[in-house]
Amino acid sequence: MLRYVIHRIFYTLPIAIGVSLVCFALVHLAPGDPLSAILPENASPQIIAEIRAAYGLDKPLPVQYVIWLGKVLTGDLGASIKTGQPVLREIIPAVGNSLILAAAAICLAFAAGSVLGGVAGYTRNRVLDRVVTSTAITGVSLPHYWVGMVLIVLFSVELGWLPASGMGGGNWQNMILPTITLAVIPAGIIARSVRASVIEIRKQEFVQTLYAKGLDGRRVLQHVAKNVAPTVMAVMGLQFAQMLGGSILVETVFAWPGTGFLLNAAIFTRDLPILQGTILVLAMIFVAMNLLVDILQMFVDPRVKRS
Amino acid sequence: MSSTPTSLPTPAPLIAAAFRRPSRGFWHTVGTRLRRDPVTLTCAGILLVIITAALAAPWLGLDDPFKMSMVRRLKPFGYQGHILGTDELGRDMLSRLIYGGRLSLFMGFMPVILATLIGGVLGIVAGYVGGRWNMIIMRLIDVFYAFPSVLLAVAISGALGAGLLNSIVSLTLVFIPPIARIAESVTTQVRGQDFVEAARATGASTWRIIRGHVFSNVIGPILVYASSLISVSIVIASGLSFLGLGVSPPNAEWGLMLNTLRQAIYVSPLIAILPGVMIFVTSMCFNLMSDGLRSAMDIKA
Amino acid sequence: MFARLKTAQPDSVENTLRLLDKKDDRRDRGGPAQPMLIVRDMKKHFDIGRQSFGGPRSTVRAVDGVSFEVGKGETLGIVGESGCGKSTTARLLMHLIEPDAGSVIFDGDEVAGVRGISVRDLRLNMQMVFQDSYASLNPRLTIADSIAFGPSVAGLATGAARARALSLLRMVGMDPAVFAQRYPHELSGGQRQRVNIARALAMGPRLLILDESVSALDKSVEAQVLNLLRKLKRDLGLTYIFISHDLNVVQYISDRVLVMYLGQVVESGPVDSIYGATRHPYTAALLSSRPSMNPDHRVSKPPLSGDPPNPINPPSGCRFRTRCPKAQEKCAQQMPALTAAPEEATHLAACHFPLTPADALQAAAVRVYA
Repeated sequence: MLRYVIHRIFYTLPIAIGVSLVCFALVHLAPGDPLSAILPENASPQIIAEIRAAYGLDKPLPVQYVIWLGKVLTGDLGASIKTGQPVLREIIPAVGNSLILAAAAICLAFAAGSVLGGVAGYTRNRVLDRVVTSTAITGVSLPHYWVGMVLIVLFSVELGWLPASGMGGGNWQNMILPTITLAVIPAGIIARSVRASVIEIRKQEFVQTLYAKGLDGRRVLQHVAKNVAPTVMAVMGLQFAQMLGGSILVETVFAWPGTGFLLNAAIFTRDLPILQGTILVLAMIFVAMNLLVDILQMFVDPRVKRS
Repeated sequence: MSSTPTSLPTPAPLIAAAFRRPSRGFWHTVGTRLRRDPVTLTCAGILLVIITAALAAPWLGLDDPFKMSMVRRLKPFGYQGHILGTDELGRDMLSRLIYGGRLSLFMGFMPVILATLIGGVLGIVAGYVGGRWNMIIMRLIDVFYAFPSVLLAVAISGALGAGLLNSIVSLTLVFIPPIARIAESVTTQVRGQDFVEAARATGASTWRIIRGHVFSNVIGPILVYASSLISVSIVIASGLSFLGLGVSPPNAEWGLMLNTLRQAIYVSPLIAILPGVMIFVTSMCFNLMSDGLRSAMDIKA
Repeated sequence: MFARLKTAQPDSVENTLRLLDKKDDRRDRGGPAQPMLIVRDMKKHFDIGRQSFGGPRSTVRAVDGVSFEVGKGETLGIVGESGCGKSTTARLLMHLIEPDAGSVIFDGDEVAGVRGISVRDLRLNMQMVFQDSYASLNPRLTIADSIAFGPSVAGLATGAARARALSLLRMVGMDPAVFAQRYPHELSGGQRQRVNIARALAMGPRLLILDESVSALDKSVEAQVLNLLRKLKRDLGLTYIFISHDLNVVQYISDRVLVMYLGQVVESGPVDSIYGATRHPYTAALLSSRPSMNPDHRVSKPPLSGDPPNPINPPSGCRFRTRCPKAQEKCAQQMPALTAAPEEATHLAACHFPLTPADALQAAAVRVYA
């Protein structure tokens, strides 16, 4: 069992390194000199060269990468061009805010999705099944930033019930609309996945055996749930991680001060250290979440343990 | 059992005739099934209308999508001939929606097409060759797969800068990994089958085997998956424009329109959400059609 | 590539068809005394221990020093339990997998040797019919296209390749007008196997390897296909290697038989000698495991005890000793070599204590086919 964990970690390591490479390369991909944002106008070539040296930009790329990597591993992600604050200090609260939103959204998505999907898969009711499937497909096709706008129109503008933007200083009402918005797509995906799993499990013969043994519906449900759990967990984990990474759109609509919002601002001010740092942190969280899901799978799905 | 071999050479016309009989091949069956599916047909119809309108936009007698009017800003539906009202700069909404479709659909299709070509080739090669090369290619792909899709799109677009071309590049890069994975997985499966061994036993070159045997068997699942990506591509592409990373004003594009109309939701909410309706409808139709294609291909031969 | 055939006749439809209609002695290079195939000490090992942490690297010795000969125009049957290496041997002969050691000599030319025959030319002389009739045909191609693939790869023009496919269909007893445009899923198992045979013959081989080709068929269909194979062999002057786990079928169709166990040859010889005067205990056990056709003659004890040993860690010395009723100390210490029977020089057995004719009479080997 431990071997499996170590094996997965070893497999993830090269990927993590690759990810860091891509993040590093992104900045250098950008057209224009990375320094242009901080150089004063009419700087003489000598001053430009000095500043370049100070930032280590005159060294060959691989060396720059190693230096950068070393700094990253010690938590030094550079300083924001705009505010001058260390990048990490700006990112961490943003990550926290995004996490709050994502966690709430995944809970909502899980609740809605598994209920819908489970009901559709379990009760082979034609009409219900179609309704749920259509809802799920709708959920997946919706541009969630648009949904956010629609919800704002409905609940903020027309009805005036809920606030339209911002975190509101910890007021929970501010969370409702963004959470629903963010949860729409994952709910659809989870519903489809649960439905498919439930249908497949019920088709299997062991379920018939359970009925034949005389177990009542509820106990059978427990058994089915245990078998559906690994797949659903995997989907949930992935969706949670995707949400963290993809929250930029929803956060922009609702002006929620999370990582997405930070990223958006950084793009427009060309604040490259923040940009790079945020992407790196988010990507690493994604990689770590994938690893976590893999390892948790091992505990939940006995078939994985033996491989 | 008439097993006496004939010594008479078969005349060429008879040979040709034997080969011309209507085939009940795989794609023929898929086509028939698709034609009978009402959902797929409806979606195909809707999409046909949207795409035709987008392509024929210059000839539809619409108002100029760029013509601004400070006086006629955010007018409601039907105001002075503007069927869908006007936007925040006084431009006709209907016209901008249809013209916007050109860019939005283009930004949706191109990345998927390019990614299918590139990712498909990568995946098929990796799957057929197997061994160390497979591992190397797939590991490289996994690095990009390790990013959440929207984040990667935003990151690359952010790095490259705004613009139509850059958006297409970044979305293509986002879609190559999943397509390559599917292609590799299916190819590996097909590769292990006996008929590929038999083809190898004839001494055919690798390229010949892939072209003649492997390709026709893997193209199906790859196309189904790619078709399901079209709707995602449209949504993310519009999302990029929404963030200001795609096309820039004053071009008409659904995502960009959503962005510029954001402030208008307090004044004319119905107009403000219109572009999103287009995105939603288009995306939903592509999704349903992709599902239909998958069901049609699920033939127990 | 097709050069060897092309010098014999020009590339025209009539001539390619004529080629299939009779035995062509022009390709015989070694003469009648030269064996069609000589296999010397063939080895193939598979590594299965991965390089992850912990766990030794283990090797499966799928084929471990196999040697035999196949004469021209004869049928060599290869029998053995699942996992004994029969199919791997077939694939090694076809060069679908690379051997780790050993040599193959086809009609006097060493395969892939410096001055011998290249693997490409080998393909024109030796082909294989696979077991799973469905998986061996591309579901997306019509069967005529499947058959025509090989010849067109080898250089035949499309029209000629198609003509060849049609005449081959006729040759295996399927009316081209009905079957040429069919897809594999529209055919029965027996029909598909005929198509596989036609496909293998499309390359114009002189040696055909049949790897469990009739194992998945119903008995009546199996009989038809076997009769077809015999007829084709007569008409086209073919040599067969027939691999099967079904001892009765092998007895029916073979001239000589090879018995394999855990990657090695344990007995070989003329079919009557193997079946009538068995020398190796394993062969005797296999033969007596066939259910008897005689209701008075019921088999009560299983002839073989124990499980087949692990191919990763075969027993020392004679690999069969753990299940052999006659095993003695010498069997554990020394691997037996193939020794000839006193009365039949071509009947070889790898056993320190081979069975004598007296033992063979006691064994309940029932002849199904007279």
